[in-house]
Amino acid sequence: MQERNTDRVNDFALKIGTVNGTGSASANSLLMQAIFRMGVPISGKNVFPSNIQGLPTWYEVRVSRAGYTGRTPDFDLFVAMNPATYERDIREVRSGGYVLYDSSWPLDPMLDREDVTFLGIPLGAMCVEEFTGSRQRILMKNICYVGALAALLDLDLEVIRGMIGEKFSRKAALVESNYRAIDMGHAYAVEHLECPLPIRLAPMNANDDSIIIDGNTALGLGCVYAGATVGAWYPITPSTSVMDGFTDFCERFRIDPETGEKRYLIVQAEDELAAAGVVIGASWAGARAFTPTSGPGISLMSEFIGLAYYAEIPSVFVNVQRTGPSTGMPTRTQQGDILLCAYASHGDTKHILLFPANPSECFHMAVEAFDIAERFQTPVFLVSDLDIGMNDWVCPRLEWDDDFRPDRGKVLGSKELADLERFFRYVDWDGDEIAARTLPGVDPKGAYFTRGSGHNKYGGYTEDSAEYVEVVDRLLRKVASAGEVISAPIVRDGEDAKYGLITVGGCESACLEAVDALAEEGIGLDYMRVRAFPFHSAVEDFLARHEVNFVVEQNRDGQLRTLLTLETSARKEALLSVRYYGGFPMSRHHVVEGVHAHLNGAQT
Amino acid sequence: MSYITKPQVGHPGLPKNALGLTRRDYEGSMSTLCAGCGHDSVTAAIVQTFFDLDIEPHRVAKMSGIGCSAKTPTYFLGEAHGFNSVHGRMPAVATGASAANRDLTVIGISGDGDSLSIGLGQFCHAIRRNVNMLYVLENNGVYGLTKGQFSAAADLGSKSKRGVPNLQPPIDPVTLALTLGATFVGRGFSGDREQLVPLLKAGLLHQGLAFIDVISPCVTFNDHEGSTRSYLYTRDHHHDVAPIDFVPLRKEITTTSRIGTTTTVTMHDGSEIRFRKVGGDWAPTDRVAAYEHYRRLAAKGDVVTGLLYVEEGGGDMHAQNRTVSEPLYDQPFEKLCPGNDALQELQKGMR
Repeated sequence: MQERNTDRVNDFALKIGTVNGTGSASANSLLMQAIFRMGVPISGKNVFPSNIQGLPTWYEVRVSRAGYTGRTPDFDLFVAMNPATYERDIREVRSGGYVLYDSSWPLDPMLDREDVTFLGIPLGAMCVEEFTGSRQRILMKNICYVGALAALLDLDLEVIRGMIGEKFSRKAALVESNYRAIDMGHAYAVEHLECPLPIRLAPMNANDDSIIIDGNTALGLGCVYAGATVGAWYPITPSTSVMDGFTDFCERFRIDPETGEKRYLIVQAEDELAAAGVVIGASWAGARAFTPTSGPGISLMSEFIGLAYYAEIPSVFVNVQRTGPSTGMPTRTQQGDILLCAYASHGDTKHILLFPANPSECFHMAVEAFDIAERFQTPVFLVSDLDIGMNDWVCPRLEWDDDFRPDRGKVLGSKELADLERFFRYVDWDGDEIAARTLPGVDPKGAYFTRGSGHNKYGGYTEDSAEYVEVVDRLLRKVASAGEVISAPIVRDGEDAKYGLITVGGCESACLEAVDALAEEGIGLDYMRVRAFPFHSAVEDFLARHEVNFVVEQNRDGQLRTLLTLETSARKEALLSVRYYGGFPMSRHHVVEGVHAHLNGAQT
Repeated sequence: MSYITKPQVGHPGLPKNALGLTRRDYEGSMSTLCAGCGHDSVTAAIVQTFFDLDIEPHRVAKMSGIGCSAKTPTYFLGEAHGFNSVHGRMPAVATGASAANRDLTVIGISGDGDSLSIGLGQFCHAIRRNVNMLYVLENNGVYGLTKGQFSAAADLGSKSKRGVPNLQPPIDPVTLALTLGATFVGRGFSGDREQLVPLLKAGLLHQGLAFIDVISPCVTFNDHEGSTRSYLYTRDHHHDVAPIDFVPLRKEITTTSRIGTTTTVTMHDGSEIRFRKVGGDWAPTDRVAAYEHYRRLAAKGDVVTGLLYVEEGGGDMHAQNRTVSEPLYDQPFEKLCPGNDALQELQKGMR
C-alpha cells in the first residue's frame, strides 16, 4: 500500500519527460519562471540529447525552501509525457510519489507501481479536440500540463497568465491559445484530481533581488562589460550560447545608434585552431579578445595556447566543459578538463585558470579573466561546465561598479617609449616578472619580433641555453605570482570540524548541502571551494589545517586532487577523492556517500 | 648566421622617399637563407615596394607561419612589428591583428607547405573573409627546412633532387584563390622584380585580401633538371598575362613611357593599375575569363604570371562587419562598457 505524504511545502523535486523539439523547453521554462516569481527558491536542470528533434529529453525542477540548488535524483512527481521512456521514468519516482501521465491512451499495466499514485489527464485527446493542426496540438499539450501542474502544486495561475502575456505580447492569437491550454489543464486537474497535492508551493520572498540566468549568457555579458571587442569561435556544444549571448548584448549595447556601425567584431572561424589564432592576433594588436569553446576545442587550440604562453600574449579561453574523452557525451556535464587546461600545449607550460561555480561568477570572472590576461600577458582559462553554462540558475541581481577601469597591463605608448633608450620586449625592468609590451602600429621604437621559437629577453632569436632558460624561468615565476592576485578560494569553516572538504566549480551546490547533512550526523567539515589556479596561499593554509581533506569533483581521475598534489605541499595520502562523473550535475548523496565510504574504510 | 649584422650607416647619397627614409630603412636583418634563395629576391622586392609607397615601417604588421618563407619577415622592415606564429596558421593571426587594428598595413608571408598543406583551410578562409592584407605565398614546391620533401604545390611528374617523380597532382593556389572569391589574385616570379614590384604595390593598396603567388625557386632542393620550380624551368615557361604599371594616387609614371595600355583599374584610394596588352577573351576584372585564360595557358605548360584578377570594392572583413572606423583596440572604455544603469535595466527582463 502506498504511504501517505505529510505536507511538503516548497520542498520537493519533479521531473518532466518529453520529446525533443516539441516545444517542451518553453513550457518548462514557463514553469520555472512562475515558481521563481512566487519567490520560492528553485533550480532547473535540462537533461537533453545531442539531437534536434525526436529523442527523449527531460527537465528537472527542484524547489527548496532551504535554498539548496544541487541536483536531486529523488523525484516526488514525474510528468511523463513521452511514452517511449515511461518505463524508466516511472521507475525514477520515489516511493510515495506521483506520476502525471497522458491518459488519452491506457497505461500498460506492466508499468504500474503500487507505491506511487498515477494521475491521468487526457492531455492529447483534449488538445486534439481544442486545437487544430498537428504542430499546435503538440505545442499546446505541453502548455496544458503546466496548467495541470498549477492546480496540483498550487502554483499561482495569474502569475503564469501574466508571463504568457509578456512572452507573446505581439502575438495576440498565441496568447489566447496558450491561455486556453493553461486553463484546460488546470480545470481538468481541479475537477478530477485531488488538488493540491501534499507537495506544493506557497509564496515566499526569496527571489526579490534575484534573476534567472544561465552561465553562458552571463559570461557573454561579462565579456561585453570587460570591454572585449573581438570574439572568435567555432560552434561547439555546450559553449555556443556564450557567443550567442555576446552577440545579443553587443547588438544591444555596441552598435552606434547614429551610424549603425559596430564596436565589436565576431569571427566565426573555420575551426578552433583558427579561432585561437584570431584571438592571439587580436590580443597581440591590443584588443581584448576571447574564444568560447569546450574540451575538444581546447585540444585543437593547444598549439596556439603554447605560443601565447611563450610569446606572452594575453588571451582568454572559455572552456564550457562537457563529458569527455573524445566526442564523449556532448550534452552532459563534467569537470574533465582541469589538467588539460592547466598544462595545455607541448613543452613546459602552465596556465592561469578561473573556475566559476555559478552564473554570477561567470559574469564577474569574465571581467577578471581579461584583466589578469593583460596584466600577466598570458592565456587565461575560464573553466565553466555545461551545468553552469546551459542551465537556468537563480542568482543575485548583478551589480556593476561604474568606477571600474580595465587593467591593460604594462603597455608602452610613444610617451613611455620616448623615455627609454631602447625597448626590449622581454626584459623585466622592475622585477615583478612581467615585461612591458608594445602594440603594433603605435611607435617605431616599440617594434619587435614576436616568435614562438627560442628567444632571449631582448626578443631576439636564440639557441643559447642560458638565454633560453632565463626567459622560461621568468615565465614560471610570472604565472606563479598570479596566484595571490586572482580569485581567492571560498572558505567556510564548520563547527568542530575535523576534516576539510575541497571542491571546485559547479559541485558547490551539492557540497554545501552535503556539508550540512554530514554536520547533522556529527561529521564536521570545513569547506573550501578553489576558484583559481595557480593556487592561492589560502589553499595551502586550508590543506595544512586538516589531517584529511576530501576532494570532491566531477571526473574519473580526480584531476583537482592531482593538481593539488602537484602544485601544493599536500601529501597525497591526506587527499581523499570523492568523484562522480556520469554526466549529470553532482548531487548531495554522491558527496555524502563518498565521505562515508572513506570514513568507514578508515574505521575498518 | 644571425651574428652577422649589417652596417648601421648607409651611404649619404642614397635616395630618399617622401618620408625622408632610404631603402636601407626598409631592410631588416641579414638573411640566413641559402645563397641564391628566391625568397631573398622577394624580400628585396618587398623592401622596394614599401620604400616606393612611402609607408611608415612601424604601421606595418608582418606576419608569417613556419618554414623558410616564415623567416623572411625578419629580413625586411626592421621597424615593423613582426609575428612568426605557428605552422599554417598565419592567416588566423593576421585576421585577428587586422580585426583589432584596421589601420595596420598587414603583410603575410607564407609558403607552399605552410599555405597548401597544413594551413590549406586557413588560407581558404582568410580569402573568404577578405581580410585586408597582402598575402604572399613564396612557392618553391618543396619543404626546405626539413630537407626537400615535395609540397602539395609540386607538379605532377616533377622530379625531386634524387630523381623521384611526384605522383600526386598539385594544389594550385591561383585557381583555388580564384574559385574561392579572392578579390585580388596575382602571380609573380622571384627572378622578375620588374614584374613583381608593381604587383606587390597594387596588392598592398588593395582593399581586401590580395593574394600573390610567387614562384620562388629553392636553390638547394628544387633547382635541378626535372624540377618544374627551378630558375631555368620558370624562365623558359614564364608567361606574363599582361605587364602592369602601378600608379599611386599622388604619382605620375616616371619610368619609361609604356605604350598600349588597354585597361585601367582604379583602386579605392584613387591609385591606378594600368594593364598593357589585355586582349583576347581575357579581362582582369572578369573572374570567369581570368580563370579560363589561366587554365588554358597552364594546360599548355606555361608558368602563368601577372595580375590575373582584381575586384575593387569587394567589401573586406570590416566592411562586411560594418565595424566603426576607429580601430577596435583603441576604443574608449566608456563606449564599450554599458555601465550599471544598463545592467539593471537589462535584468528587468530576467525575472
